[in-house]
Amino acid sequence: MRFGVLRFPGTCDEVDAQLACERVGEAVILWHGDRDLQGVDAIVVPGGFSYGDYLRVGAIARFAPIMESVVQFAREGGPVLGICNGFQVLCEAGLLPGALLPNRTLRFVCRQVDLVVEHADTIFTNACERGERLSIPAKHTTGCWYAPPALHEQVEANGQVLLRYAPGESFNGSLADVAGVRNEAGNVFGLMPHPEHAVDPLTGSTDGLKLFESIANHVGAHVG
Amino acid sequence: MRVLVRPKAGILDPQGQAVERALPALGFEGVGNVHVGRLIELDVADLAQLPAMCEKLLANPLIEDYEIVEA
Amino acid sequence: MSADALAPHRALGLTDAEYELIVAKLGREPNAVELSMFSLMWSEHCAYKHSKKLLGQLPTEGPYLLLGPGENAGAVDVGDGLAIAFKVESHNHPSAVEPFQGAATGVGGILRDVFAVGARPIAVLDSLRFGELDSARSRYLLEHAVGGIGHYGNSIGVPTIGGELYFEGPYEQNCLVNAMALGLAEHDRLIRSAAAGPGNVLFLFGALTGRDGIGGASVLASAELGEADADKRPTVQIGDPFAEKKLMECSLELLDRELLVSLQDLGAAGLTSSSSEMASKGGLGLDIHVDRVPLREPGMEPFEIMVSESQERMLCVVEPARVNEVLAVCAKWETTATAIGEVTDSGRLRVLSGGDVVGDMPVEALVDDCPLYDLAPEKSSARIYPAPRRRLDSNDPGDALPALLGSWNLADRRPVFEQYDCLVQSRTVRRPDDADAAVLLLPESDGARPAIAVSIDGSGRRVACDPYRGTVEAVLECAANLACVGAEPLGLTNCLNFGNPEKPHIAWQLSESVRGLADACRALEVPVVGGNVSLYNEGPDGPIYPTPVVGMVGRLPDAARAGRLGFAAEGDAIAFAGPFTPSLPGGELAKLRGEALPDGLPEVDVVAVRRAQEAIRAAVRRGELRSAHDVAEGGLAVALAECCLAGGHGAQVDFRGAGTEGEQLLETLFGEGPGGFVLSGPRPVLAALARETQLTFVGEVAGPDDDLAFTLDSGTVLSWPLAELRAARERGLADSFG
Repeated sequence: MRFGVLRFPGTCDEVDAQLACERVGEAVILWHGDRDLQGVDAIVVPGGFSYGDYLRVGAIARFAPIMESVVQFAREGGPVLGICNGFQVLCEAGLLPGALLPNRTLRFVCRQVDLVVEHADTIFTNACERGERLSIPAKHTTGCWYAPPALHEQVEANGQVLLRYAPGESFNGSLADVAGVRNEAGNVFGLMPHPEHAVDPLTGSTDGLKLFESIANHVGAHVG
Repeated sequence: MRVLVRPKAGILDPQGQAVERALPALGFEGVGNVHVGRLIELDVADLAQLPAMCEKLLANPLIEDYEIVEA
Repeated sequence: MSADALAPHRALGLTDAEYELIVAKLGREPNAVELSMFSLMWSEHCAYKHSKKLLGQLPTEGPYLLLGPGENAGAVDVGDGLAIAFKVESHNHPSAVEPFQGAATGVGGILRDVFAVGARPIAVLDSLRFGELDSARSRYLLEHAVGGIGHYGNSIGVPTIGGELYFEGPYEQNCLVNAMALGLAEHDRLIRSAAAGPGNVLFLFGALTGRDGIGGASVLASAELGEADADKRPTVQIGDPFAEKKLMECSLELLDRELLVSLQDLGAAGLTSSSSEMASKGGLGLDIHVDRVPLREPGMEPFEIMVSESQERMLCVVEPARVNEVLAVCAKWETTATAIGEVTDSGRLRVLSGGDVVGDMPVEALVDDCPLYDLAPEKSSARIYPAPRRRLDSNDPGDALPALLGSWNLADRRPVFEQYDCLVQSRTVRRPDDADAAVLLLPESDGARPAIAVSIDGSGRRVACDPYRGTVEAVLECAANLACVGAEPLGLTNCLNFGNPEKPHIAWQLSESVRGLADACRALEVPVVGGNVSLYNEGPDGPIYPTPVVGMVGRLPDAARAGRLGFAAEGDAIAFAGPFTPSLPGGELAKLRGEALPDGLPEVDVVAVRRAQEAIRAAVRRGELRSAHDVAEGGLAVALAECCLAGGHGAQVDFRGAGTEGEQLLETLFGEGPGGFVLSGPRPVLAALARETQLTFVGEVAGPDDDLAFTLDSGTVLSWPLAELRAARERGLADSFG
């Protein structure tokens, strides 16, 4: 299967995401100015500081030409994974509920955190078990997930929260310790921690690989 | 024209809180209700388009309110 | 009318004799444009006029050396046709004036130096020194400098993987911010900066040019900071990491497509220094049309355009046939690119504006003919530095250990390094606090995963005690840190931070320090690939401690065997290794007790230390040791505590023979010096090491929640619960980051 990893001016973790994807399939980098998704099976919107985080995180990237194609791809049910800045872009694009606010401490923090898998029967977590703890690094300044009360209630009721920070692990103050949410249809998922930095035993935990394996499992099951 | 963007009432505003804590530490008393937002200044040919610009790009309506002001 | 009004050259920092020399070189009086350009090129910061002669002693040859001093960055061979380019530079004065932007632009500048030689930046390290943290000003500088480094490094996608941080009174008025960067390139992709090919086009690309830093080099870096330095605020440069990210990707793509003849970054003294250095290295000339330079501010004068230090700009030389391709790559990366001149064979740097020649100077005069000065070194018999403030009243070792661990120089640096992204680019094998050096993966090679290791280590207070031996110690410590992860040193970069060299005592410090640096490098057979000198770091309260900062890069063949510092397995034997002779004067305990600096440090047996480093390196590479940690500040007791806290295991250690109280015991536990290592692992393995270096078994690693316990004479046991030591260590810097 093939992943497409987006690259905007200011994106930093796209090569890291590509390396992670290549452990379970093939991966190409997609330039922000192109509209061609090159027939990929899944899209990854990676981390970094697209457009310098100017105006608001993710606010400018969401209007890139490639994002028009990604929105269409998502409408058609294609799997889309947003990591950190990618999560921010997908929220700005209206593909995911809520918004990301500055960390409660107002500082950038880079730290390994424990996450709890809330639902394992999804495109993005089928290689995990419900309740499983994943050790994955988080590194961001603007990762406090927020939704107005009615929307939050809806998101929780629909089981859209797939990953939560384990108790005491969050440094950003996310509402209800939300680390990652999916859309209603279940094909778009965003999380602030970086699974692509938890795939190589030489550089840390390999728990992040499970998210990429899950996507590959899903694509394999649906294409074959 | 000027667009003032501010966090919606009730939203966590850590920047506002940080400023509210810092001012008394510098000896300024009687300060409360601090919120930190953004100012965008622009020349617009068609004023009627400005609200749409605000809704679509300049502010995020989920978490921010905006106010259009003459320069 | 003041004398300066009559002699503008003096206001720009030139002496009368230097001015006359300029007149002689030009054959006439310089005009305003030429005078400002000379004042920058002949400033201490650009010309190294007080240090160049000394630096000639440093060894610059080695079997792995690819690029030596003189290029934008040095480079060493790391195998498989790959090179690591690296350099360290200071940004001290700008950081004292505006710490966030000063530190940020320091990182920006050193990154540009690295990609200017064609290497993709893969890591940043920083060496920071401030006054003691009970000063509000030092807390302010610390917070904002760290914020600036994080802001710039994180935004541009280069991990900050290591560093060092110290707090000493003499840095209160003059903080030190030294930034080091590393880049990865294939050998045949390394590019030089010499301009070549008369008729080729000179391109300026990157950010627009404004009034940032005008006069920065001559005004800030070549003079002591006085009380009026608030006025210097307008000359501080503002950095934009997003612009630099685009500039970096653009530069690397231009190099990848082989579109450039040469490349140079713009740093101190802007267009003036970059263009003259490019011309000088190529033995050619340049014509620069300042009216073609894209400006951020209207109405800038030619001299302003030539000396502006606006950030995120590069110069390159391009063959006329490739200009359109260059413009296309720049457009793709949203980077402004403008042809601003031509390479000539005139040997002159000409500045033109609207067709008029507004400046015309021989390149040699600007770059090579600045007079170099001999220092007049003389050791002073007077005490230069006051004794540190006493902060520990007890002489009880039970109190001393938590006090040392909680002291600002030793406390947990987590509040600092967590503000840095240490993971981006997926190379980081050892994160800050995992081991004595940072370790980064190299590309896979024949099924093996080799790696590089890097450490940055400086010394101030101990160099003040003994400039020669203190500097030797700093070099040895850096190499020891590499040995503990299993790396062989390949090359070294250095930043020499000193006071005013025109004062005999400072000249003595500088001469002795460079002599120590040269001797230590030769003894370890590690060449100097490049570096930086920062002088005039003095304020109304006196000079900084003489502070050489050394950054070393090494290679290890197997990343999976990179060493760690924490005790990891109950029952492992603990041993002290190496020719370590602990001594209290000049160390951290002496500092906490408020003792005056000693005059001189004990002699070092460099040959024995080197042998110990090599033995430990080899044992780490064989995968035999569970942990290896260099003994540094606070001596053996602190090193043991650090191993326990990092690994989460207690330990039982035998210190019999050192008494149960008094100075002898304190010296054994907390005395400092080079050549000491704390190792843990299976006993037979450690025993084998005894054939290669001094080794003493001293105890055993205990269980996960056990105490750190020292057995003294007469059955006395000194012990601390790990929770107490951890709490003390974490408290140290926690308050400074609120």
